Amino acid sequence: MSSLDTHAGAAPQLGGDHHGSYLTSKGGLWADIANWATTVDHKKIGVMYLTALLILFFLGGVMALAVRFELLEPTRIIVNQAGETVTTGQRLAFLATDGATASNIYNRAMTLHGAIMTFMFIVPGIPASLGNFFLPLMIGAKDVAFPKLNLGSWYVYVFGSLFALASALVGGIDTGWTLYTPYSTMTDADHWRLVAMVMGVFIMGFASIMTGLNFVVTVHKLRAPGMGWFDMPLFVWAIYATAIIQVLATPVIGITTLMLIFERLFNFGLFDPRLGGDPVLFQHFFWFYSHPVVYIMILPAFGVISETITCHARKPIFGYKSVAFASLGIAAVSFIVWGHHMFTSQGELTAAIFSFLTFFVAVPTAIKVFNWIATLYKGSIVFNTPMLYTLGFLFLFTIGGLTGLPLATLSTDMHLHDSYYVVAHFHYVMFGGTVIALLAGMHHWWPKMFGKMYAERPAQLGFWLVFLGFNVTFFIQFIMGAHGMPRRYASYPDEYQWMHLISTVGSWMLLAGFLVHLFTFIHSLLQGKPAGANPWGGLTLEWHADSPPDEHNFAHEPIVKHGPYDYDTVVPPHCDPADYPLPENPHKH
Amino acid sequence: MSSIHPSQGGKIDGPVLPHDSIEKGHHWRTKDDEFDAGKLGMWLFLGTEVLLFAGLFCGYAIMRMKYPEAFANGSHYLDWRWGALNTLVLLWSSYTIASAIRHTQLGNRGWATINLVITWFCALFFILIKFTFEYGPKWAEGKRPGVLFDYPYAQHSMEPMWWSLYYAATGIHASHVIIGMGLIGWLIYKNMRGWYGPKNYLAMENVGLYWHIVDLIWIFLFPLLYLIH
Repeated sequence: MSSLDTHAGAAPQLGGDHHGSYLTSKGGLWADIANWATTVDHKKIGVMYLTALLILFFLGGVMALAVRFELLEPTRIIVNQAGETVTTGQRLAFLATDGATASNIYNRAMTLHGAIMTFMFIVPGIPASLGNFFLPLMIGAKDVAFPKLNLGSWYVYVFGSLFALASALVGGIDTGWTLYTPYSTMTDADHWRLVAMVMGVFIMGFASIMTGLNFVVTVHKLRAPGMGWFDMPLFVWAIYATAIIQVLATPVIGITTLMLIFERLFNFGLFDPRLGGDPVLFQHFFWFYSHPVVYIMILPAFGVISETITCHARKPIFGYKSVAFASLGIAAVSFIVWGHHMFTSQGELTAAIFSFLTFFVAVPTAIKVFNWIATLYKGSIVFNTPMLYTLGFLFLFTIGGLTGLPLATLSTDMHLHDSYYVVAHFHYVMFGGTVIALLAGMHHWWPKMFGKMYAERPAQLGFWLVFLGFNVTFFIQFIMGAHGMPRRYASYPDEYQWMHLISTVGSWMLLAGFLVHLFTFIHSLLQGKPAGANPWGGLTLEWHADSPPDEHNFAHEPIVKHGPYDYDTVVPPHCDPADYPLPENPHKH
Repeated sequence: MSSIHPSQGGKIDGPVLPHDSIEKGHHWRTKDDEFDAGKLGMWLFLGTEVLLFAGLFCGYAIMRMKYPEAFANGSHYLDWRWGALNTLVLLWSSYTIASAIRHTQLGNRGWATINLVITWFCALFFILIKFTFEYGPKWAEGKRPGVLFDYPYAQHSMEPMWWSLYYAATGIHASHVIIGMGLIGWLIYKNMRGWYGPKNYLAMENVGLYWHIVDLIWIFLFPLLYLIH
């Protein structure tokens, strides 16, 4: 029997109590817009973040498609059979204005793809959208600790994005998203667009700090009665570890971007070798933030997977504490590995030390993957969309993680660094990890967020298109990189063309997959069947709330009496015990 | 205010100040939780401040190692007496803001206001000294950062770098002092209207913490820039 009683005997119902769901209209379009624009409700802010993130994901995706489109064939000046001299490739030439070549456009598209996807999509990503919505619900709180700061964070994020997009609209920058000096301090010297982009990154840093600070305090101070640290869902642990990195790493990118702006405006000289500065110092500053930041990107994904894998395999998580501590362990190690981005520009001893430290990241990460696989063992696995994405995550992230080891090894890195192998590794971790987990989480929690089910079959079609499209796009890049194709170039020797062709076709499959998902989500919002409070039989606290949740989350403050993953001893809330039979002897495995 | 709050102990006359009747936010279980959360949030923010300046200190340390003579020269251009005076001003203001918090906890609203006003004027004094006696004359002589450097008697080619770091570090610090003046001014306004008292002083305490970190950063900047050669 469920021993958790949040509704005091009330039957599960849709928005039927005195507050109404958070989505209930306030009467009229303008009243609703005013209400959402000034809301301090973490759920609305989460939805607003999700919307903004998906718009930017779309823009970043368009840039990626442009990059792949240009790479479809190499740039060549050849004499064809009719004796005419023609230029092949240059597919982005139709976008070129003011004397820019197709290669210039390619460089800008590649930079914008990286800048939008990292700074504007994947860094705020899961914490700001799903985290904002579900962290308070999962710990049984009414809101985050500082609701106004939370709304402020969204506005700061949008404001920062506008700076970056203004920069893109007047031509954009071509430095690569890493903004390496001295190129970033010298190029395009009399234009403001690079400063605007860097300013955007600086401003968005504040949004990240606001979110992180808010979540750390929320987890410390707002857990429901009965919820100790080790009764928290693992998603909460992951968001907590992420939030710590957000608070500790982001100020460093703040000062770095500020110094870069000073460098451009006043030639400060700190990063400029002509003035006695050191460009590698910029790289150290940049990666002191940007390496921990890849764990800001991936840790929340780990959290999502811990939730979806237990719920849709109906098994308690294997090794709860080791998964929780692995999150903290990754957060801790993340701060001492930044030097592996500069293996070729630093002394041998330093490189050896950073290489050694980098291998440590593999330990807590592998612990998590083994625990998830052990969780699946003898589980009742339901192959619905969230579970398919979860299994896809395990598959892709494992490839992404293992291909990182040759990059951490100094001797092999000498061959592989700055090649497409790195691009493939990075995308297997970030896309195969974080984006796939975001999609798992969106499908898992969609019914809770909007109270509607999505159509399962089209969503599974979307999964297969995304999963296969991703592998077609990126697996070949490992081979391409190992064969010596350098990253970032707009053209290449002919022997790479068949691999680039495969990769570009894969990017179109990915586009098709995302369009299918866009369709299923819009279809669900318009015509989806009502979800009910607990369509998956989940045990974490958000499934005790209504779908969509009441404005104040819970009718009564929940008192936690069972663990988040006690699938073998507890009947899920709002569920018929006949649908969720418990094992006769749960302890006999 | 028209209602009489129970905490007035049955007193019929006398004004009821807002601080007595401020409710906790709806999502908090108790007012103590809300208070602790506010403090924890502020400490985390102070952590971000330390890391922000850590970047500057790190840049300073590396460039100082590369160009020790330029940095020694640069240090000679600064008058330690202005730096020392400003250190005393900030230390004194840290005392007065702590004192304002204590007076608020004890319910001495008038004394709290006086201490806050002194703190605000200390901050103003700091900024005035910085601009009229340090930035102003130095800028006029051409001791400027980076490409703006135009001092004809420089003895080392890396002196522009020294001035870059000097202006960046003290400038970002001064911007914190100016933000602090805004915050303290806001506290004075709200305190005069009776918003703070023994049960409600979180905002004042948090601004106090912020002010102490501004002070503390200066205490590191002063010897690094003015004293060591």
